[in-house]
Amino acid sequence: MSKVLVGPFNRVEGDLEITLETADNRVSEARVNSPLYRGFETMLVSKAPYDAMVYTPRICGICSVSQSVGAARALADISQLEIPENGQLCTNLVLANENMADLLTHFYLFFMPDFARASYRGQPWFTNAEARFKAVKGTAHQEVLPARAKFLNLMGILAGKWPHSLSIQPGGTAKPIEPQERIRLLTLLGEFRSFLEQTLFGDDLERIAEISSTEQLQQWSEEADWQSSDLRRFLHISQSLELDTLGRATDQFMSYGNYPLDGTAFFKRGTYFGDQAGDLAVSSITEDVSHGWMESDTPRHPIRGRTVPTLQNEEAYSWCKAPRLGNQVVEVGAIARQAINGNPLVMDLIAKQGANVHSRIVARLLELALVIPQMQRWAKAIDPSEPFCNTAKLPKEGEGAGLLEAARGSLGHWVTLENGVIKNYQIIAPTTWNFSPRDANQQPGALEQALESTPLDSEEAAQSVAVQHVVRSFDPCMVCTVH
Amino acid sequence: MLNLLWLQSGGCGGCSMSLLNAESPNLLALLKSAGINLLWHPSLSEETGTEVVSILESILADETTLDLLCIEGAMLQGPHGTGKFHILGGTGIPMIHWVEKLAAKAAHTIAVGSCAAYGGMTAAGANTPDATGLQYDGEIAGGLLGDNYRSVSGHKVVNIAGCPVHPGWVTDMLVSIALDEHDDTQLDTFGRPRMYADHLVHHGCSRNEFYEYKASATSAGERGCMMEHMGCLGTQAHADCNTRPWNGGGSCTSGGYACINCTAPEFEEPGHPFTETPKVAGIPVGLPTDMPKAWFVALASLSKAATPERLKQNATSEQLIYPPTTHKRKP
Repeated sequence: MSKVLVGPFNRVEGDLEITLETADNRVSEARVNSPLYRGFETMLVSKAPYDAMVYTPRICGICSVSQSVGAARALADISQLEIPENGQLCTNLVLANENMADLLTHFYLFFMPDFARASYRGQPWFTNAEARFKAVKGTAHQEVLPARAKFLNLMGILAGKWPHSLSIQPGGTAKPIEPQERIRLLTLLGEFRSFLEQTLFGDDLERIAEISSTEQLQQWSEEADWQSSDLRRFLHISQSLELDTLGRATDQFMSYGNYPLDGTAFFKRGTYFGDQAGDLAVSSITEDVSHGWMESDTPRHPIRGRTVPTLQNEEAYSWCKAPRLGNQVVEVGAIARQAINGNPLVMDLIAKQGANVHSRIVARLLELALVIPQMQRWAKAIDPSEPFCNTAKLPKEGEGAGLLEAARGSLGHWVTLENGVIKNYQIIAPTTWNFSPRDANQQPGALEQALESTPLDSEEAAQSVAVQHVVRSFDPCMVCTVH
Repeated sequence: MLNLLWLQSGGCGGCSMSLLNAESPNLLALLKSAGINLLWHPSLSEETGTEVVSILESILADETTLDLLCIEGAMLQGPHGTGKFHILGGTGIPMIHWVEKLAAKAAHTIAVGSCAAYGGMTAAGANTPDATGLQYDGEIAGGLLGDNYRSVSGHKVVNIAGCPVHPGWVTDMLVSIALDEHDDTQLDTFGRPRMYADHLVHHGCSRNEFYEYKASATSAGERGCMMEHMGCLGTQAHADCNTRPWNGGGSCTSGGYACINCTAPEFEEPGHPFTETPKVAGIPVGLPTDMPKAWFVALASLSKAATPERLKQNATSEQLIYPPTTHKRKP
């Protein structure tokens, strides 16, 4: 048995460190540390409620809009504010723009470069993978950065800028769309769609969205040369390395649901345990601080949550709290969203091999194929002559929650107002769920479980590329995690 | 080739994300043409874990030249001066100590974003993490490295302030250094590159006609000027956001919300709600910095009296009610 410290991890958002205990060339235990604490929750206390719209996006530069939407929904929840249809459409578009850009960034910039590492030099696919995905130098980097920047031009129209916009409001959006801007949204979306179809998928988005089982995915992949698109490249490499045997966690999933329009969410809210879909009891969410550098406390629902950092906790090894759903560890993210929404391919992937490195990536790319056509429909549905934003006076006292799905999974904001100012503000981010430390029952968090029994492919455990794959398959956002 | 090392600490990573939005040329093309070698960047580079630590150690051992040190995020000195609110993963060493040692080796040290420059957002509220900037703590010169710090080439820290930075502010500065054209006279009183800080956000604002007639928006989404009621600081904020747009054509004010002066030290604590204009006897407190107040008030009341109906009506509407009329030629 030996112990090794792995870090700093890069190609994750923010800083990450993992302590691995190893035995027989496998990981026997993992402890995940989020090594940065800033204190946004305490920063917000005593501020004017709408100031949360300025502060919370700045928790994270990659999930900035998601934080905006969380804050806006929490405040709207208090004032019971309705959003006009245009406001809902534009909020969905802005949020989807960020989420889809993040899925793309993760695949090309964060995840795939690991297959161009020298340790894979002996693989028959290595030369192609290196030319395509090598960090900074690969052809994919050169193509994806301009496509991503162009896709985010949607933000210039819908939100002024990205990251850190103030356009999302509790009652809709502060940026009404004019007719010529609506046209431009449609042309930009068309351009990005072409990029995805030509470069990432090598097929129409509708065809990708219709793939409904692992067998069909296999058939689709074999229809053309493995070098004909980046999804086929991934599937080829994944099969060769058996990535579906790496990184299985709890197979208990949660999603807050996403993209509401006229009372119906485009992705459903719920849970998926084993193969059972269920209702989500948000009231059973608690945060445990037994292994965080936090003042000792019993697990609390976030509306009553406290954040008091201290180094005086012998058991602690992270600044992260441990959120639990009815005392259970759950995994969040694209795979959770799609399983809960009843996507047949994702349910089949889970039934066969659970959530793992392979299925998490497939679920993410599938989501691009599902959401981009929906973004085109939302943009088309904008009516520039109708209202975009409602306003209402916020009560001086009240409690509200803002729940949504960021790219990486379920994001929640819980706010309490008293005497017209913020009395308490608590945030649970997607990676807080996935990268949580142990709880008082010694249950390891989702990544900690996923890393257990990971085979080490290097003499030095710190260099094991399998560990890198497992960690990055979650697309962690560490700045959100602790905030 | 100039070696560039990029490290992140007490911030959100948004300045890196914004930098990746660079267009025409894109970031990688620009670095290549400027002769800049990316030694390591947390979002872009392959090296991880011990490979990263080796890069840092080879700089400290003078085996690798560090031409450009870009720091994103505030320097976290707490708790109790230990720096333990951010220990660089895998090293056991607080990030502030890594930065101090690396800054002593850097030919140029660049604070990317208001957090690295002044403490920024991370220093808001009670500032639990004891966040500070590289060479400023808010408006006060000092910060982590101290007022007397000079890089190996003899320069002050460059403060590319902004929350986040515009990608062009960063790339312009990198190219200026690569061309060997940079010196401290290129920086303003808060260490910001004058290339963008000699402009005001007000310049080129699409709401300027409303400003001229003090035709003001009263709530989110309305078309009028946001200075009188909505907290907009565009007339005081140093940046070229409305002449060098964001994400292909946007800006805060065109996006429907107030400029919060994010390039200024201490913008994170305005002392009033961000999106409400503080007033005394109905007159906004923060008027343009270099205009006599009495003149401003006099001109404002005159222009208010002269406001065309078109602007008055459009100012408080989401939609354009009255388009500009066409000048009719006399028969």
